[in-house]
Amino acid sequence: MNRCAVIGVGQTHYTTKRRDVSMAGLVREAALRALEDAGLTFKDVDAVVIGKAPDLFEGVMMPEAYLADALGAAGKPMMRVHTAGSVGGTTALVGASLIQAGVHERVLVVAYEKQSESNATWALSTHLPFSASLVVGAGGYFAPHIREYMRRSGAPGHIGTLVAVKDRLNALKNPYAHLRIPGIDQKTVESTPMLWEPIRYLETCPSSDGACAVVLAAESAVTGTPAWVHGTAMRSEPIFRAGRDTVSPQAGKDCAADVYRQAGITDPRRQIDVAEVYVPFSWYEPMWLENLGFAAEGEGWKLTESGATALDGDIPWNASGGVLSSNPIGASGLIRFAEAALQVRGMAGDHQVDGARTALGHAYGGGAQFFAMWIVGRERP
Amino acid sequence: MPSDPLVARHVLEFPGGYTRTTGPVIGRFLSELRARRIVGVRTAEGRVLVPPLEYDPATGEAVTGEYVEVGPAGAVTTWAWVDEPLDAHPLDRPFAWALIELDGADTALLHAVDADNPKAIAAGTRVWPVWKDRPTGHITDISYFVPEVTKIVAPVRTEYRLQAGGALRVFLEGVARGVFLGGRCPSCDQVYVPYRMSCPECGEVIGEPVELPDTGTITTYAINNLPDPRAPQVPFVSAYILLDGADIPMIALVGGVPAHEVRQGMRVRAVWVPPEERTASMASVRWFAPMEPS
Repeated sequence: MNRCAVIGVGQTHYTTKRRDVSMAGLVREAALRALEDAGLTFKDVDAVVIGKAPDLFEGVMMPEAYLADALGAAGKPMMRVHTAGSVGGTTALVGASLIQAGVHERVLVVAYEKQSESNATWALSTHLPFSASLVVGAGGYFAPHIREYMRRSGAPGHIGTLVAVKDRLNALKNPYAHLRIPGIDQKTVESTPMLWEPIRYLETCPSSDGACAVVLAAESAVTGTPAWVHGTAMRSEPIFRAGRDTVSPQAGKDCAADVYRQAGITDPRRQIDVAEVYVPFSWYEPMWLENLGFAAEGEGWKLTESGATALDGDIPWNASGGVLSSNPIGASGLIRFAEAALQVRGMAGDHQVDGARTALGHAYGGGAQFFAMWIVGRERP
Repeated sequence: MPSDPLVARHVLEFPGGYTRTTGPVIGRFLSELRARRIVGVRTAEGRVLVPPLEYDPATGEAVTGEYVEVGPAGAVTTWAWVDEPLDAHPLDRPFAWALIELDGADTALLHAVDADNPKAIAAGTRVWPVWKDRPTGHITDISYFVPEVTKIVAPVRTEYRLQAGGALRVFLEGVARGVFLGGRCPSCDQVYVPYRMSCPECGEVIGEPVELPDTGTITTYAINNLPDPRAPQVPFVSAYILLDGADIPMIALVGGVPAHEVRQGMRVRAVWVPPEERTASMASVRWFAPMEPS
């Protein structure tokens, strides 16, 4: 398998409504910034891989066809990836596989969402005939599983607010982050209403417009500062299966085990310097800490409570502010992967984790049934 | 006070209106307007005045004979909102008087802007003219300006004919009779409800449906406070209910109990609508209610 490196990262500012650009303008902005970072232009790219969440979000069928021009893809291979909320991560992995397989030398990977064009809660709740209309949006789906985590682990109720505060404080150090709430504290979060109990308003992610892009290169085509890909893994599982653990899905555990094996990681908490993990509801931090092996089962919340996952902790999670601070759904996974790369390249600016050499990028989607992960490092594998 | 004999209405209006000689500069401007073009005139100093003037107000010198087409769009430099339009105003709904610097002009033109509300206009707002149907060579040939198009509405609608076939039909026909039908996988022995024809775990074909009781246990739940026109009135409890004898929970509404008294592990029973109202739809189950008084 050929080596693959991230040599360029580009992001738009994430915000509620990007009224000044079309979808094409939005993706191009991120793509041009990624190319500029790599010191390249569209003509240096062999293929384009694009990802976004369901078409119903913007009501544009097969948007990749319309976006080819904006991404300099005319006359080149272009494909679209779709794995619900994890798509940003999966898109990066598909791009990486094209390099690792020796098919291409340089691949541009782009993911986006323009949530302001409709309403994701509407699009996620299509309410088919014959059934009862009971699940309203992603929060309605995930709230019961969070409640079950709280019961099983005995975690105190304030853990969710700790994550909600920590990630928003990190966001203040990230110029691209959407939610900026100076002075946010536990009280601020606790004073917001329960949308889907036990999930409060400020314990959930915003709706954002935005795009993210990365340029991937084979070893022979590296320019600038590379973040080397040390492992890539995807897993999925059916949403309805007897005995499925919806709190800590097997697919997530398997995916982590696979990516750790490739990267030679046996103790993630010690060996990984910084993690960008898909946490759209604050309680998913302790849940994924356990699912990803950073803490033993039932112990994730203790890690969060101890401050270990804060920017100055021993294993910072979501130094960028995470999905809780910016959520252009289709792009959210790729942002995690891109931020992991920025960290090991030493280019994360004010939210840089000092000396980060190994980073995890993580995304999940659907009913916590699709997982995508990569490990990137400063050193060549 | 019509009753006051010393109050009278008096109208002063020159019959037919004054005739006004435009002079060459204003005349050119109005002629261009009639042709749906907006022009300014260049001053000796090189500035473009819109609307054109015969003499440069800065220097008092005659302007050059050079006319420059400007706009038709421009940017608002400042504006005043009119909440209650008067009869003589160009619009009969609230609007803004605005100074508009048309593209290519060095001065601003006063005109009306048809903006929905005061929030829809600001200094810098791009505006475009809306022309009168039959221009006559008058400043009102531009009826008013409107904000630039920055978004469109794209209606998307797909209509499906949804037919419950196979496994779903079996299950819903059970619901119409007031029973929940599941299926036991012959390989892993797990009981799935609603009834399905193959096991998602081992892929085995599931045979005859099995009847399950309408009692079960709440494994977990959410209290929904976010209103949705298609969902029950908030707050409502959506719960995972593990029917007795089943190995996978169903999502259902919990009722007959205040939302905050619902608990994980609570024993519940389906509350069916009266038999004559039952159809092959989950609407036949009103909700699940606690079995013991809570």
